[in-house]
Amino acid sequence: MSHAETAIQCGSCASGCNTAHLAKLGIKTGNWDYVVALAGNPNTGKSTIFNALTGLNQHVGNWAGKTVTRAEGAFTLGGKKFKLVDLPGTYSLLSTSVDEEIARDFVLFGKPDVTVVVADATRLERNLNLVLQILEITDRAVVALNLIDEAGRNNIKVDERSLARDLGVPVVSMAARSGKGVDELLGAIEQVSSGEFQARPHRIKYTDDILENAIDTLATQLHGQFEDLPNARWVALRLLEGDESIINAVQTATLGTVRAANVFPPLVQLEAR
Amino acid sequence: MTLNMLKAGRTATVKGIYSKDTERRRMVDLGILPGTLIENVMASPLGDPVAYRIRSAVIALRREQAELIEVEEEG
Ligand SMILES: Nc1nc2c(ncn2[C@@H]2O[C@H](COP(=O)(O)OP(=O)(O)OP(=O)(O)O)[C@@H](O)[C@H]2O)c(=O)[nH]1
Ligand SMILES: [Mg+2]
Repeated sequence: MSHAETAIQCGSCASGCNTAHLAKLGIKTGNWDYVVALAGNPNTGKSTIFNALTGLNQHVGNWAGKTVTRAEGAFTLGGKKFKLVDLPGTYSLLSTSVDEEIARDFVLFGKPDVTVVVADATRLERNLNLVLQILEITDRAVVALNLIDEAGRNNIKVDERSLARDLGVPVVSMAARSGKGVDELLGAIEQVSSGEFQARPHRIKYTDDILENAIDTLATQLHGQFEDLPNARWVALRLLEGDESIINAVQTATLGTVRAANVFPPLVQLEAR
Repeated sequence: MTLNMLKAGRTATVKGIYSKDTERRRMVDLGILPGTLIENVMASPLGDPVAYRIRSAVIALRREQAELIEVEEEG
């Protein structure tokens, strides 16, 4: 049995197993044990999940692009304190608009302990693009397959076990608006953050030696310039591709400066319910 | 023909993308690849941008972006 399946089965224990131990801490985000990022395409229910876990009231709407800056909240689970960061929706980590850059920089350089990629079960093909991009840069990820109620209404069935096996990370089916799957998601977050679940994410292999050598050379140089830069390989690939925003960030030595996870100034003001 | 010529309510298949570098990357990230079906859903009040259905999400493209996408209208 794969690790992914183990996680799902744990998640499906008697309902209430996690929410019973969940304390919603609202905006008290100081002194956390783990940082969890909520990423995903626009309008997939990230803020709805954020509110369900923190008890906060981050704005939720039914059109794309509402979350334009990061919002933070917290919850405790199993005696550990989790800081949760709700990110703007993005289709890609590669060609980003300004809003999307906030999400990209946080996922890439903010060093979240767990990245939850929220995917729309009714638009899976489209959503898997970002899922695969995120799995390129972290193995601490969970896929939240949200809007599963909508998928059911449209006669779409998703084989979450096969998906988890193919992706190498836990996949949790959810209908966040009605609270379905929240326990299972918490279970998966707990297992990935503690290291109990070891992901083996799907990665694209480059078979070209010349390309591999170029990546290695650049990644080594980047490490020399930017101490403990996560994802030097990813940055090297972007440089080879000619990504202007990344080239600029390397030249101005601003690459990865968001990593402290609390450097970003004003956060959205949230009201506890 | 290019995508900007597609009338409201009509569907076309992508044949190629003329845009370059980041713009091209952007189009691919939005799911626009050769073979992708695109429907013109409706134009904004001023006619630009236009809302297209692409892989089941509705996405607005500006005219200069749509002009760089070669398509073939579905029979
Ligand atoms: N049917 C259904 N609707 C949902 C579910 N989760 C969220 N929604 C609705 O989907 C819409 C978008 O939800 P948000 O939480 O704002 O989505 P988001 O991912 O934060 O959106 P952006 O910040 O714009 O990227 C809202 O109308 C929600 O009420 C779900 O599981 N089922
Ligand atoms: Mg949101």
